[in-house]
Amino acid sequence: MFEIFTRLADWLIYDLAGLSADTKMGQALHFFVEDTTKIFVLLVVMIYLIALIRASLNVERVRDFLAGKHRGAGYLMGASFGAVTPFCSCSSIPVFLGFTSAGIPVGITMAFLLTSPLINEVAVLLLLSLLGWKFTVVYILVGMAVGIAGGFFLDAIKAERWLQSFAAKALERGKQNGPVGPAAAESMSMAERHQFARGETLEIFGRVWKWVIIGVGLGAALHGFVPDGWIEANLGDGQWWTVPAAVLMGIPLYSNATGVIPVMESLINNGLPVGTTLAFCMSTVAASFPEFILLKQVMQWRLLAILFAMLLFAFTLIGWIFNFLFPVL
Amino acid sequence: MKTIKVLGSGCTKCSKTAELIEKLAAELGVDATVVKETDVQVIMGYGVMRTPAVVIDEELVHSGGIPTQTEVTGWLQQ
Repeated sequence: MFEIFTRLADWLIYDLAGLSADTKMGQALHFFVEDTTKIFVLLVVMIYLIALIRASLNVERVRDFLAGKHRGAGYLMGASFGAVTPFCSCSSIPVFLGFTSAGIPVGITMAFLLTSPLINEVAVLLLLSLLGWKFTVVYILVGMAVGIAGGFFLDAIKAERWLQSFAAKALERGKQNGPVGPAAAESMSMAERHQFARGETLEIFGRVWKWVIIGVGLGAALHGFVPDGWIEANLGDGQWWTVPAAVLMGIPLYSNATGVIPVMESLINNGLPVGTTLAFCMSTVAASFPEFILLKQVMQWRLLAILFAMLLFAFTLIGWIFNFLFPVL
Repeated sequence: MKTIKVLGSGCTKCSKTAELIEKLAAELGVDATVVKETDVQVIMGYGVMRTPAVVIDEELVHSGGIPTQTEVTGWLQQ
């Protein structure tokens, strides 16, 4: 099904532009054309279809659903909703406060917020088309595990102690008031769903297309210009220190999943171990300074530092585990 | 005279929402002041989780995106 994009790239680069498939330049451009066209077509089709289905799911309904849930189930559900509910990262603070003032424990809210940037329909789609379904399943499970374990840990250390005082008060009030009744599910007509899906497609595409170009461009550069076998020869054994190094490198790099996944493809194809790649990419997507500055509005420095350390530790651990397991699998 | 608040933490969509309302109010000759509210505590007070949101005379009328021209015109003409 995806072969048409390979043919298109063959035609454009090798036939039309006359570049040889044996040159670095030809290979890099081929990779770039094949991946960008494939990703763009997939994005438009899939975002529209997915938006059509989930048109009536929004953060308000998730909040009402999570409020008053038992903790154990709450982490799993928080992370699952984080994966499927769309919301813009600029809304993460209002969402945090909305959940908190409904009395939802900090850990469950954070399970939602941590999973959300890691897993979304665009990320899953890209992974499926570029790295295959096995890797996609692994990625989803790991992303959810980070959210669940992170949420569990934050509640275990009573993270609510280190919220800003107004947020802590809102949480107290919310707990006393108990959950409010679930918001009435809006029933939507097909025309309204189409309107919503059309808007979503335009909006998401408008936001991510440049990330795709940047990501694929970097991937192509890696593909074409890093000497063959260099990564494999130098980092291919998954030496223990390469994982924390990859996590640290990912922090100042700020990107979303869309931009990073094409780079992942290129790294893995060039022989970087799966664990190291996962660690690098998750760190790039989920641990970023702009996000942390935003969270400062609702959290004290101490909690921010804990959260940061927790993520670094989690990603390093993931990297080690997968480097250890995957050669065996 | 209407007091219109656009809630949101200063993202581009919030500015666009405020601009749209100001523009339409001027076109329709409706007397309205548009304020951008960026304080998270105030936003929380309105129970808003998706920004930008629009509050007219202390009543929440919209949340979660740039409103359409038709919507804004509807609010202004009420």
